[in-house]
Amino acid sequence: MIKSVPTEHRFTAPRNLGAVFGRSSKSGPFLWILPAGMCVILIFGYSIIDLVQQSFKYRGDWVGFENFSLVLTDPLFRIAIFHNFLLLFTVPILASLSFICAVLLFETRKGMKFYRSAVFLPYILPIPVVGVVFGQLLQLNGALNSALRAMGFENLALDWLGDPGQALLTMSAIIIWKEVGFGTILILARLISLPLETLEAARIDGAGFFRLHLKVTLPQLKPVILFYIINEAIVMVSWVFNYVYVMTNGQGGPGNATVVSELYIYRSAFQNKSPELAATAALLLLLATLIFIIGFFKIQRNTKGGVFNE
Amino acid sequence: MSKKHTPIEKVGITSRQLVLILITSMAAVPGYLMVTGSLKTQEEFLNSPWSLPLHPNFKGYTAAWNDQFPTWFRNSLFVTLLAVLITIIMAASAAWGFAHWKWKGRDTVLGILISLMVVPPVVLLIPLFTLGAKLGWISTFRMLILVYIGLMLPFSIYLLTNFFRAIPVSLTEAAEIDGASDFRTFRSVVLPLSGPPLITLTIVNLLWAWNELLLALVFLQSDDKKTLMVGITGFQSRYSLSIPTIMAGMTIATLPLFITYIFGQRYFITGLTAGSVKGE
Repeated sequence: MIKSVPTEHRFTAPRNLGAVFGRSSKSGPFLWILPAGMCVILIFGYSIIDLVQQSFKYRGDWVGFENFSLVLTDPLFRIAIFHNFLLLFTVPILASLSFICAVLLFETRKGMKFYRSAVFLPYILPIPVVGVVFGQLLQLNGALNSALRAMGFENLALDWLGDPGQALLTMSAIIIWKEVGFGTILILARLISLPLETLEAARIDGAGFFRLHLKVTLPQLKPVILFYIINEAIVMVSWVFNYVYVMTNGQGGPGNATVVSELYIYRSAFQNKSPELAATAALLLLLATLIFIIGFFKIQRNTKGGVFNE
Repeated sequence: MSKKHTPIEKVGITSRQLVLILITSMAAVPGYLMVTGSLKTQEEFLNSPWSLPLHPNFKGYTAAWNDQFPTWFRNSLFVTLLAVLITIIMAASAAWGFAHWKWKGRDTVLGILISLMVVPPVVLLIPLFTLGAKLGWISTFRMLILVYIGLMLPFSIYLLTNFFRAIPVSLTEAAEIDGASDFRTFRSVVLPLSGPPLITLTIVNLLWAWNELLLALVFLQSDDKKTLMVGITGFQSRYSLSIPTIMAGMTIATLPLFITYIFGQRYFITGLTAGSVKGE
């Protein structure tokens, strides 16, 4: 499905004009698609072509792969990529938690709607708000630590955001807190649409709660869980800027403890004024995302009528 | 009505309820601290962050509102509403072009569109900024609105195309046999049937555009043009000595979204499960 078709060729007129101006149609699809098509070509097509050009140039001159070797040997870029890599470890946690929450909600009749809204709420909150509120909550003398101290867990009252060894873990926990609602809703929606007979049959055969859901429910949910995993992997690699920017005042601190690739790009372009390096890093990030996009398509093809066409 | 549960089942049900209550409380903690914090004084908040505001006062709200909040709020509202409106119109038209006619390469183009949904905005940032600077459009709303439209289009077209394809051909053919033009068929047959997906799309896009930070940060640099999300990220450091003011500001920023969510939850969930891959 996704062949390498150059963007410029996307809207060339079909050879067989009869297909366009068919019996029952008078205007043809071209005019209907034109406005949106132009906008998408400008925002995506132009940008990606320009990005590739910029990453091979320095102050307008062609420099080959020099930008790439500069970026790839930059210690800060390596740290940033490593942090994105570490964030990927939240994905299996997210998938498991979402599955558990979805099953719990599915099995609950009393108050299901209320719990569902509550679990989902974090996902719709703006990240700047989440970042600011958690920032206050997790201060050294903030609400969390004062609660921990009051309960006698003095040792657990860490410097959640100020300790370089701790900051990225804290950030991961906040991301999990926010993203788990999405997975829950996604899996729950699929769960509700599954045929009930298999579940009931297993229940009558005496399968207990845990056995039932691990052996019967989980396999049937594989496509939607895989979709969620790919989606979250893309988030961890290329959509975490907002968390880091808001919680560290755009610095990725303490030290470089929370610098991620997006922040590296942003800072290279707008703080260090080297758009060429930023463009190169952005191109590398796009290529990394592309790997996940391919996985995304494989799943989509395997689950025709499954996850996407509900 | 309800069937009898064995004791073991009862233990199961109760423990599941308890786990759900625990999860719900964890999801609600930051919201609780935000709203209660906004009604306290600085001292109250520092001494007992978890207590209910015993003497609620609205000084935080007045302070936040007397800052630049009204301006940011207006800017966000303007950018979000206009971008979403134009997106919906463009996407509906394009989706009709995809759904109603079979043409060569249609599936390839749709495939490319779907893959564009996962292109991270940061990738487009530098080329678009260079372009904006060339045009002299930095710190103008039209630049940001244009970028938002472009980013919202792939998912919007995808969702509407799927829906339009499911409309029975017999309905549109009947209109055409009666001599209706394509535009008329679209307007009086297709659109009236498309209420739910259009509402879904509007809500998903409204929330996305309202919450967007990175692009707004880069494209709207002058103070009077900032959107709410950009405003509140800087707001924090200016009011570091008055947490209630910060919390009041955050509550104000969340409110429109919260209302949209409460009324449109059903549609929002439909939109997400339709295969959304939108992050922030």
